[in-house]
Amino acid sequence: MGCPARGRRHAGDPDGRADHEGRRVPRDQLVEGHPLSTTAPSAGTGRRFSVGPFLALIPFLAFVLVFLLVPTLTVVVGAFQDGDGRPTLGNLDALTSEAAISALKGSLILSGSTAVIGAALGALLAYLVVSMKPTSLLRRTTLAVSGVLAQFGGVTLAFAWIATIGPVGVVTKAVMDLTGADLYGSGWLFGLPGLVVVYCYFQIPLMVIVFAPAFEGLRPQWREAAVNLGASTWDYWRHVALPLLTPAFLGAMLLLFANAFAAYATAAFLVSQGQPIVPLLIRQAITSEVLLGQANVGYALALEMIVVVTVVMIAYNLLLKRTSRWMR
Amino acid sequence: MTPTRSFRIVRAVLMVAFAAYFFVPLLAMFDFSTQNRGSAEGRTWDNWAFMVTDEDLRASIIASLLLSLFTVVLMVVLLVPTMVWVRLRVPGMRRIIEFLCLLPLTIPALVIVVGISNVYSWVTYLLGDSPLVLTFAYVVLVLPYSYRAIDSALSAIDVATLSEAARSLGAGWFTVIVRIVLPNVTGGVLGAAFIAVALVMGEYVFASLLHFDTLPVAMAALYKSNGAAAMAAALASMLFVVLLLMGLTLLSRDRHKQGASS
Repeated sequence: MGCPARGRRHAGDPDGRADHEGRRVPRDQLVEGHPLSTTAPSAGTGRRFSVGPFLALIPFLAFVLVFLLVPTLTVVVGAFQDGDGRPTLGNLDALTSEAAISALKGSLILSGSTAVIGAALGALLAYLVVSMKPTSLLRRTTLAVSGVLAQFGGVTLAFAWIATIGPVGVVTKAVMDLTGADLYGSGWLFGLPGLVVVYCYFQIPLMVIVFAPAFEGLRPQWREAAVNLGASTWDYWRHVALPLLTPAFLGAMLLLFANAFAAYATAAFLVSQGQPIVPLLIRQAITSEVLLGQANVGYALALEMIVVVTVVMIAYNLLLKRTSRWMR
Repeated sequence: MTPTRSFRIVRAVLMVAFAAYFFVPLLAMFDFSTQNRGSAEGRTWDNWAFMVTDEDLRASIIASLLLSLFTVVLMVVLLVPTMVWVRLRVPGMRRIIEFLCLLPLTIPALVIVVGISNVYSWVTYLLGDSPLVLTFAYVVLVLPYSYRAIDSALSAIDVATLSEAARSLGAGWFTVIVRIVLPNVTGGVLGAAFIAVALVMGEYVFASLLHFDTLPVAMAALYKSNGAAAMAAALASMLFVVLLLMGLTLLSRDRHKQGASS
């Protein structure tokens, strides 16, 4: 999910659309500058514009339409319809029900806390890793392992934590033998607190791979310049490095938030009682066979998820643009 | 930057703490999956053998592997020609294609599942009720990752010049894409394929809510009757994915070296 290079890619883009000062290149120059567009289209009919080349995109566009856009629109439209397809705002009322509010609160707490913890610990780990020599085997291994673990989730991750701090988990038993304390307690692993611990398992590595490039982007020259002007290490961090890293840090934190907010599989397996977060409430709404007409409430909840994640991702992209000004 | 001695000690301690957090659960899973049932001492590999001996589990493993294969094939067939075509003939569409490909990052998979049931009632009506119909949903799921991998590979070569040369020698568009461009972006396509396999092997949201028996769904069901065997299968699938992704990092490093030396 991480995409540290997205903002920067345009800098090295071979057929970039903008000149050095960011102005748009006039359209005519652009067309002539493009090696093919002068030869290929005119070879046929002599028209400047033809529909033909667009036809080749139809398979892809049709696929995306059927399997991505139609489902999304179904959700958006369905959120404003009742069970018989009549327009209504009643489903949105369901979003203010006690269950929906508490699920939203649970999701915000879970995503917020794992974003903050993941970002803080991930940044720390990224700094430790970047402070090693670029040739260091440990540095390369940690980055590679982070790439793998950031993708790690779902049922397997739930298994791993049940085996660790579940009722008969390895760590639970070890702590019991050593100190006599019951780490498992009353089953906190299968509720919201457990999800925080488990989600951090993929949030921290995600932070490492998203944020390590920001540390690497801090040029040694900036530090030398600061030292030349009489700055101490503290002054350098306080006035140069931290202000430069802040947008990247906040952006990465937003990405982590969206990542945790959208995650479903781990929680679906781990939590069997109650619906502490929005995705689980959606599951209840769409699989419920007791209450008919719940499908549209599920649509409304799904729309709520889209809205939250979209707002967060837009903020993320804005911060990314800000970051890419310095970090290239 | 030359780290001081005390910093290096602090760093080592913290690295060990992080390593414990990340590796203890994996070791615990291994421990759990090799324990003898009951209070018997010693280790057993029976739970690992279960993957081969149990028919349901084996069928789900095969379903997941076939799904990965089909997803990769459909992804490549759909994405590579489109992206090459956009670069060569309709550059104005590039932003739109990129936007569409990255869209699944913004729309949670769960939301797509909620909305896709109507589409899928048609798909299963037309193609039957095999888990392999999940291929379509999974291609959507892997689009953003595949797009990035292939896009960076295409950016590294001069697609326009290559295809112009081929065209001027009389090659058709099919030849240009399959025999000229594709061999030059093998690394990127392989990277996209590995990530796609990794995602498909662990995908639970679509499969469980659309009621298809893939490996993660079968593992979740198996956990209720035989936890240790389910753990063994989970660990095995994870190791498989780790090997794939490690191979990917090796590949990308080789490509990096090539780029640096040329």
